Amino acid sequence: MSRVEIMTGNQAAALGARLARVQVVAAYPITPQTSLTETLAQLIESGEMQAEYIRVDGEHSALTVCIAASTIGARAFTATSANGLLYMHEQIHWAAGSRLPIVMCCVNRGVGAPWTIFNDQQDSISQRDTGWIQLYCRDNQEIIDTVIQAFRIAETIYCPVMVCYDGFVLSHTLMPVEIPEEEKVDAFLPPYRPHTILDDTNPRTINPVMFADLRANAEGILCDGYMEIRYKLEYALKGALKTIQDVSDEYALVFGRDHGGLIWEYKTSDAEVILTGMGSIATEATIAADILREKGIPAGVVGIRAYRPFPTEALIRALKRARSIHCLEKAVSYGFAGPVYTDLRAALYGSECDAQMQDYITSLGGRDIQPSTIAEVVLNRIKSDAFDGRFREPIWINCRTE
Amino acid sequence: MDKTKDPNISAMCTLAVGEAGRTGDWRSFRPVIDHGKCIPSQKGRSACFLCWLYCPEGVVRAEIPITIDMEYCKGCGICAEECPAKAITMVKEEGHE
Repeated sequence: MSRVEIMTGNQAAALGARLARVQVVAAYPITPQTSLTETLAQLIESGEMQAEYIRVDGEHSALTVCIAASTIGARAFTATSANGLLYMHEQIHWAAGSRLPIVMCCVNRGVGAPWTIFNDQQDSISQRDTGWIQLYCRDNQEIIDTVIQAFRIAETIYCPVMVCYDGFVLSHTLMPVEIPEEEKVDAFLPPYRPHTILDDTNPRTINPVMFADLRANAEGILCDGYMEIRYKLEYALKGALKTIQDVSDEYALVFGRDHGGLIWEYKTSDAEVILTGMGSIATEATIAADILREKGIPAGVVGIRAYRPFPTEALIRALKRARSIHCLEKAVSYGFAGPVYTDLRAALYGSECDAQMQDYITSLGGRDIQPSTIAEVVLNRIKSDAFDGRFREPIWINCRTE
Repeated sequence: MDKTKDPNISAMCTLAVGEAGRTGDWRSFRPVIDHGKCIPSQKGRSACFLCWLYCPEGVVRAEIPITIDMEYCKGCGICAEECPAKAITMVKEEGHE
């Protein structure tokens, strides 16, 4: 029988990794991720989890160990936050380019300078273009379920997956979490089969220097050049849209919980005003939508769970009836706008959705935001007579901007 | 096997001559052996072979007379530097004036 326990987001992530029968963990502590890896260290030390916990000198080494482990056929897991994630950056590209199905939790935290240990999503957003799948969770139940799903997705299409969730807001907040049954997880997630394996009876060089053009190898096979390998990665990530949805649907059938796959919706059937975002800010937006409905505004929420690959078609379907879309973002692409707004505006351009769009930058470095404030700024915005289709500067909520 | 398609999803290669391409065309100086000085040629038996030992590309053949695979010799000049008989001269390739 599955059972319900009260736990933090970090404990939920650690239990997800244990249920996924992770074989190698290499991680370096950083707030707010630390209690995740501490939990894993305890589970491994006590023998409750059969895995190697490899201590490393930093995050770059942590992911390097996972890359080596995954290459020889071990299921590998790591976790980090903020500057730790940035320190991994080179290896984040390397894991994706090597098509290794590593799963990493990014416990979202603002990036220094100046130092902050508190939550926003600038860290994972800054790793957007590395070729990793990025899934954003909205509560602790979704974290445990998504870690399990992430390995299934990663090992189906051979791409690494970053499971992102908000630091402190979820990582250190206690919530009831239903723990999936081991036997069901084992059936859902078969053992990892690597696409390539290092083997001393069949020696090969993995990731040699590539030249610009294709070339024939010793057997006369015309091998891919750098550009073809990169195209295969892009093609795999686009294909992941279906895999993420399929895995989510199957998970819902087996475990009875549906987190929506690519996106999720709240009161959208009659909604004209749509709030959107990723992670816990989108959960908070559901309360703001209810406040707006009390004021007679037909509001709803479309939460984005998969940010890479970007679910263009699913979003067009979900947003085609919207008259205005309001993006709540915990990150900035400095010099332009928030990343969700940027991508969503590009995805919707020329589609059947011709809604007006406004971007909001909120909660950087843990600045608090209440649902009533979200409702208020959205209400002010839709009442504004200047709401035309043109690009407008993002509104920074709860920020002294003068 | 379909020789027009690479089945691998990541880059890899097996150990084989030429896996890194025809590196000989990187060369701007070519090694020219004077067999009137080269020790194995002079003695008529296996001896010295320091050029073979030191060549980082493995393109020197330890035979009599010594030959060099110019398809893959990058022209680094290590053989000329190591030759105790000063039998190897690095000569500019055409077009590398």
